[in-house]
Amino acid sequence: MAILIVADHDNHTLQAATFSVLTAASEIVKHISDTELHLLIIGDECQSVVAMAQGITGLSKILVADYQIHQYPLAENIAPLIFSLVQEQGHCNDENREFDKVEYSHIITSAGTTGKDYQPRVAALLDVAQISDIISVESADTFKRPIYAGKAIATVQSSDAIKVLTVRSSAFTAASLTTELSAIESQVPVVALVAQADSGKSAFIKAELTQSSRPELTTAKIVISGGRGMQNTDNFELLYTLADQLHAAVGASRAAVDAGFVANDLQIGQTGKIVAPDLYIAVGISGAIQHIAGITGSKAIVAINNDPDAPIFDVADYCLVADLFEVLPELIAVLKVKD
Amino acid sequence: MKILVAVKRVVDHKVNVRVKADETGIETANVKMAINPFCEIAIEQAVRFKEQGSVDEVVLVCIGPKEADVQLRAGLAFGADRAILIRTDEEVQSLDVAKILHKIVQEELPDVVLLGKQAIDTDNNQTGQMLAALTNMPQGTFASNIVFTVPNTVKVTREVDGGLVTLALSLPAVITVDLRLNIPRYASLPNIMKAKRKVITMTSPDSLGVSLSPRLTTLKVESPPVRQAGIKVADVAELVDKLQLQAKGFKWQY
Repeated sequence: MAILIVADHDNHTLQAATFSVLTAASEIVKHISDTELHLLIIGDECQSVVAMAQGITGLSKILVADYQIHQYPLAENIAPLIFSLVQEQGHCNDENREFDKVEYSHIITSAGTTGKDYQPRVAALLDVAQISDIISVESADTFKRPIYAGKAIATVQSSDAIKVLTVRSSAFTAASLTTELSAIESQVPVVALVAQADSGKSAFIKAELTQSSRPELTTAKIVISGGRGMQNTDNFELLYTLADQLHAAVGASRAAVDAGFVANDLQIGQTGKIVAPDLYIAVGISGAIQHIAGITGSKAIVAINNDPDAPIFDVADYCLVADLFEVLPELIAVLKVKD
Repeated sequence: MKILVAVKRVVDHKVNVRVKADETGIETANVKMAINPFCEIAIEQAVRFKEQGSVDEVVLVCIGPKEADVQLRAGLAFGADRAILIRTDEEVQSLDVAKILHKIVQEELPDVVLLGKQAIDTDNNQTGQMLAALTNMPQGTFASNIVFTVPNTVKVTREVDGGLVTLALSLPAVITVDLRLNIPRYASLPNIMKAKRKVITMTSPDSLGVSLSPRLTTLKVESPPVRQAGIKVADVAELVDKLQLQAKGFKWQY
């Protein structure tokens, strides 16, 4: 038996979410005897990702589908690939044409937008349910996941032979599974998968990605978020300055995104990103249920708001009732002095 | 062109839901129900396409109890043409929803199936993708812009983790919508009155030949851990002090 982990990467590096998924997978392994971990890397010219993966301890096999059709992750091409891998219960090694019989009990990936896109498609092809956004592993078939914008936690048991899961990466610490082992010394076998045909049903046209030198929102240790109270795009500069002083990521509430202050990929909440930093600073955010859903995993929450009745103060550890336009410059000045 | 829009009846998004004392689920008795906000955006988009002349017919489909006709009437008042209600009082899980919708797609042969990206009760974010798999259609998930182009192609701009990505999908296609696609209208009274005369066809999973087979059992539903009450700080100096000295699990170093 084996667990198939589908890697998150950008064709150059393995993304942090993969390491959280590895943690979740190793927690599943504790409940099953005699099981292996296989990492599946689907991409195009992703040799550096494979090299990184070879430094991960605990993997029994790395499966690689390195083909041009996977340059951009299209669900129509990824889902049949994973489906055939699991359904045939084995895979062909290109070089020696050996067929390895492996039965997969779990297919697991992170609940980023890519995983959310293809994983349910995989589940439907396999005619099994999918369990989305798990936050804990109770046993090999039982998992906890939030429902109703995190207002409730459901414990869900699957009766399917194959469990198809997505993992909330902020709920599992990113295991430092990498060793000093160089790729050459690594004993983890790398298996090249045979090419699949392009579905021909979808094509990548363009990407407009937000460029930022700040840490990635979902893995940052400190996150500073602005809401409607920021009033306009220019005022977000105050948050950027503060964020740079603290090496923090910048997030936003839906109100701030809808008003056009910042790009949509900064939205934190039920329908945006889920964060769980050591410190979350909410500035000018009232704290709607849908926003709180994205931040309750934070270790410490600071709220700065001029409305003493703002619901954000119900979840904040440190509440400062004040005008953010006075507080932010003060904070920036204080931090500058301490530098 | 014909658009099929899937609609779910859920607890209104403004309701502060409570977990039942026996931890079997959420208290839904006497709680306000509404169209799932993402489904509302899907209906709005379909109706806009119809108003622009690129779509001839908008058909709503809902799986739920007979009370869900309230939500379907509300959707018809937006400007949809007719609706199908697949009546069941059972909990229908994503895979079975996709299977039922698959049957409807086979009957209706729409060019596009629009769904919300997720229902705000179960937060699964699965049904559209599963339907796309079963119907072997391409999928455009988390759409913030949809443009029809010739021949038989739809361009979908998607909200993804790093920003936006645009794909071209061949029709027929399944598209799930994100919040940024549009702002749904308020139905006017004349349109609400008109919607009363529109047809809602009733059917059931059985008569469509789908037997529900839930794969997941909810063992328990509990409230999330409650955060300890916080403290109020007087000014920035005190805030910085507290964060440096005693923030739980966090040492502020800069």
